[in-house]
Amino acid sequence: MGTTVPLQMTVNGQAVDAEVEPRLLLVHFIRDTVGLTGTHIGCDTSNCGACTCHVDGESVKSCTLLAVQAAGSEVTTIEGMSGTGELHPLQEGFWAEHGLQCGYCTPGMIMAAADLIQRHGPGPLTDEEVRKGLEGNLCRCTGYQNIVKAVQAAAEAMGKVPA
Amino acid sequence: MSTIEETPKHVGQAIRRKEDPRLITGRAQYVDDFVVHGMLYMAVVRSTEAHAKIVSIDGSEALARPGIKAFVTGEDMSDLLAPLPMAWAPPGVEMKMPERWPLARGEVHHVGDAVAMVIGEDKYGVVDAAQTVRVEYEPLPVVVDVEEALKDEILVHESLGTNKTHEWSMGGGDVDQAIADADVVIERRIVNHRTSGAAIEPRGVIAEYRQGSLTVWSSTQVPHLLRLFFAVQMGIPEDHVRVIAPEVGGGFGGKLQVCAEETLCAWASKQLGRPIKWIETRSEAMAVSHHGRDQVDYVRMAATSDGKITAFHANIIQDCGAYFGLLTPMIPELGAFVMTGCYAIPNVKTDITGVLTNKYITDAIRGAGRPEMTHMLEVMIDQLADELDMDRIELRRKNFIAAADFPYTTPYGITYDSGAYEAAMDRALEMLDLDAFRAEQAELREQGILRGVGFSTYTEICGLAPSRAVGPKGFGLGIGLYESALVRVHPTGTVTVFTGASPHGQGHETGFAQIVADRLGTDPASVEVIHGDTATGPMGLGTYGSRSLAIGGVACAHAAEKLALKCKEIVAFNLEADVGDIEVGSGKFQLAGDPDKGMTLGEIAGCAYIDATAMPEGMELGLEQTLIYDPTNFVFPFGTHICVVEVDANTGKVEILRWVAVDDCGPAVNPMLIDGQVHGGVAHGIGQALYEQVVYDDRGQLITGTFMDYALPTASEIPTFELDRTETKSPSNSLGVKGIGEAGTIACTPAIVNAVIDALRHEGISYLDMPLSPLRIWEALEEARGRGDGPDDSEQGKEVPPQGEGSAGSGPTIPEGGAA
Repeated sequence: MGTTVPLQMTVNGQAVDAEVEPRLLLVHFIRDTVGLTGTHIGCDTSNCGACTCHVDGESVKSCTLLAVQAAGSEVTTIEGMSGTGELHPLQEGFWAEHGLQCGYCTPGMIMAAADLIQRHGPGPLTDEEVRKGLEGNLCRCTGYQNIVKAVQAAAEAMGKVPA
Repeated sequence: MSTIEETPKHVGQAIRRKEDPRLITGRAQYVDDFVVHGMLYMAVVRSTEAHAKIVSIDGSEALARPGIKAFVTGEDMSDLLAPLPMAWAPPGVEMKMPERWPLARGEVHHVGDAVAMVIGEDKYGVVDAAQTVRVEYEPLPVVVDVEEALKDEILVHESLGTNKTHEWSMGGGDVDQAIADADVVIERRIVNHRTSGAAIEPRGVIAEYRQGSLTVWSSTQVPHLLRLFFAVQMGIPEDHVRVIAPEVGGGFGGKLQVCAEETLCAWASKQLGRPIKWIETRSEAMAVSHHGRDQVDYVRMAATSDGKITAFHANIIQDCGAYFGLLTPMIPELGAFVMTGCYAIPNVKTDITGVLTNKYITDAIRGAGRPEMTHMLEVMIDQLADELDMDRIELRRKNFIAAADFPYTTPYGITYDSGAYEAAMDRALEMLDLDAFRAEQAELREQGILRGVGFSTYTEICGLAPSRAVGPKGFGLGIGLYESALVRVHPTGTVTVFTGASPHGQGHETGFAQIVADRLGTDPASVEVIHGDTATGPMGLGTYGSRSLAIGGVACAHAAEKLALKCKEIVAFNLEADVGDIEVGSGKFQLAGDPDKGMTLGEIAGCAYIDATAMPEGMELGLEQTLIYDPTNFVFPFGTHICVVEVDANTGKVEILRWVAVDDCGPAVNPMLIDGQVHGGVAHGIGQALYEQVVYDDRGQLITGTFMDYALPTASEIPTFELDRTETKSPSNSLGVKGIGEAGTIACTPAIVNAVIDALRHEGISYLDMPLSPLRIWEALEEARGRGDGPDDSEQGKEVPPQGEGSAGSGPTIPEGGAA
């Protein structure tokens, strides 16, 4: 390991204090330093979105960011989505609608979808909006149809009903 | 008396998956999520040349870097007892097989060939170190195109003296005579291009050798086969090898392999006394996780003038890549078993030639041979309809094997178990409303909007497999393809099921629990299904070939039924009733006609484990059953897929507007899981038909090395599916079930090609190879309209295209002219 720098951030509400290489990717920081392995790695090129988490409330592909770029930020991972033990409406939606098979892309899908729902104004999310909104997240198992249904069900549960 | 089968309670229900809570909360553990104390990391130095002699390898700089513990080349691993395996040795077939070692020995044969490994303490550090390794190559001539390779002018392996690995033929009837006698004969050259399995989880391995025992965590579909191979290759007694397939993030055949990196980690762990971890990068996955398809097919179909198909012949040239993987030469043969598809074709022949090229190996990817065969058959049916100027539905109907003719034995001696092809097609046509589509198509064409509809009526062979038929003295596989189950009822009445199947997304934990719960009068929530650990259950063969339910699920059912018999005897003893009067009820075993009298599984287990006096005299205590199930026949799912496309007349871009599918995989255990498999299977086929292609340039350099270049479909490229099912029981097993994991992929691609041709036929375009990229279609349109020079590979659309290169796919993101 080369030179290290101090790094502080908040991950799922917990303060994290570490010494890291400046080149360390945020996804490796989350997985190896903090020990939260629900955030996955599926490519080298920021195409697949398996590593998607939230940095200060916005969805980010954590393989695209150096850990030090998230200094002082609040990071939320899939493990932080059901903090109180209750499933998040997206987790419930993916379960109810069979929106996952192998589950590898699922945490990233859920984090990206949470941001998509968040950014969407009132009114239902259309099929096309969900599909377009999740273009940055690849799934090889499901053919996406049940992911779309899961996100729409979650959006409805989160109050995105017709205005 | 009612039987177990007559009172299913959970089978047939779309119950939520038991797997999901850990997966949706990020608590599941894939290989990369494990940390073993003292673990080192491994990185592989890979060849940058497609074919070269290795002059020298200098790892001194790597070794000098901090934290680096070892640098290993192929020469260092001379103690391995066997090269990487290929499991098919068909009797009477001469096979020229290149040896394939985990690290190259003296020569590299494809880009990405492993040359050395670096092991060290830091995962970034080993990658840095690997980049300092200096390998001097003496480049050798490269052959990339499979038909060029067949000329043997450039040899992939000089020592073999040829690139042709083997020839394999299968015939029934007299194809030559039938073709000579036919009213109509059509011939086509159909290219089924190279693709990647592209599971989103790349492969990964951790190996720990400790005091004579080896434990390997691997992202694999075949943990038990891996254990067997480690014993053979490293000389470790099999009982001292444990292989664990933890959560596996998709396979699609890509993890049905015995991989170099698995051996590298295991060997290095034994040398260094430390656990070793290797996690594949996506760039590595594109280069050295095995590819699929890659055939050039010369196909002939003969018929009478009124549309009775009399003969079908396929001459298949298989691009094996630079070596054989576990099943490489077998892949086209698996397709040959269903060469006649849904049709009664009396004269059939399949000729297969395996050929080596300086590319990575091809092997089983979702469907494995059957998508290729179904593609040629269903495309040819449409081509024949055009030739005869006959309705393509009527042509299919006229040649279907009638429902009354099952079981049906094909000219190859394969016995189809059951089928009702017309019923499935009629239901799909009803969902489509073909008349309305044709009217709309004609109307839109007036406005210059090009729409088409394509059909694919398929049957496939799965439920692999009857061991006598496929084993060493049959088809020539190195092992039978039975499956195991161990059903254990615990003293409190909860149940653990151990299966030799090894899922990676399919939902076995749910489906198998439904099957066992019904047979033991309990709830699926009380049945835990354990898989993927050679230390916990009996020998099993893993998950591939749409085999898990029809073999592994049936094994679970039979084991549970045997246990249910024992339960009945215990209940009869305690109720002082006749065992024949005990039935499985809801939540308990009960007296027929007096259901208030009965015992729950917990109460029965209490007898079996706690109070021996509550057991019949002489009955063995405990409540568990191990069972190996070997089927007597394959299963043959079938159905009809219909695709509606719109082709942009200006850009050639294809959009799928509708996808209607009616599949029949026998009685549903969990219809939700079936639909999910169809969605994913069709999406995989759409990827191949329209977007995906592994491309090498003419020097053997991989052009599609990342997801930037290899176009996996996103949510925007996949339509909303309109699905239905028919249910025709298979007589091959007691559940009547077939398989569904690959059916969508097998059915898919010809429906798309046929739909695109249907949209373009009036433009004078009669056939196009996949992938149907905008560029390919645009060029064909330009040529058909007499504009521009047309494509270089101007055989597109011609009746009998000339041989030779030029069918490489092309598209906005894929450079021209690479792959064979």
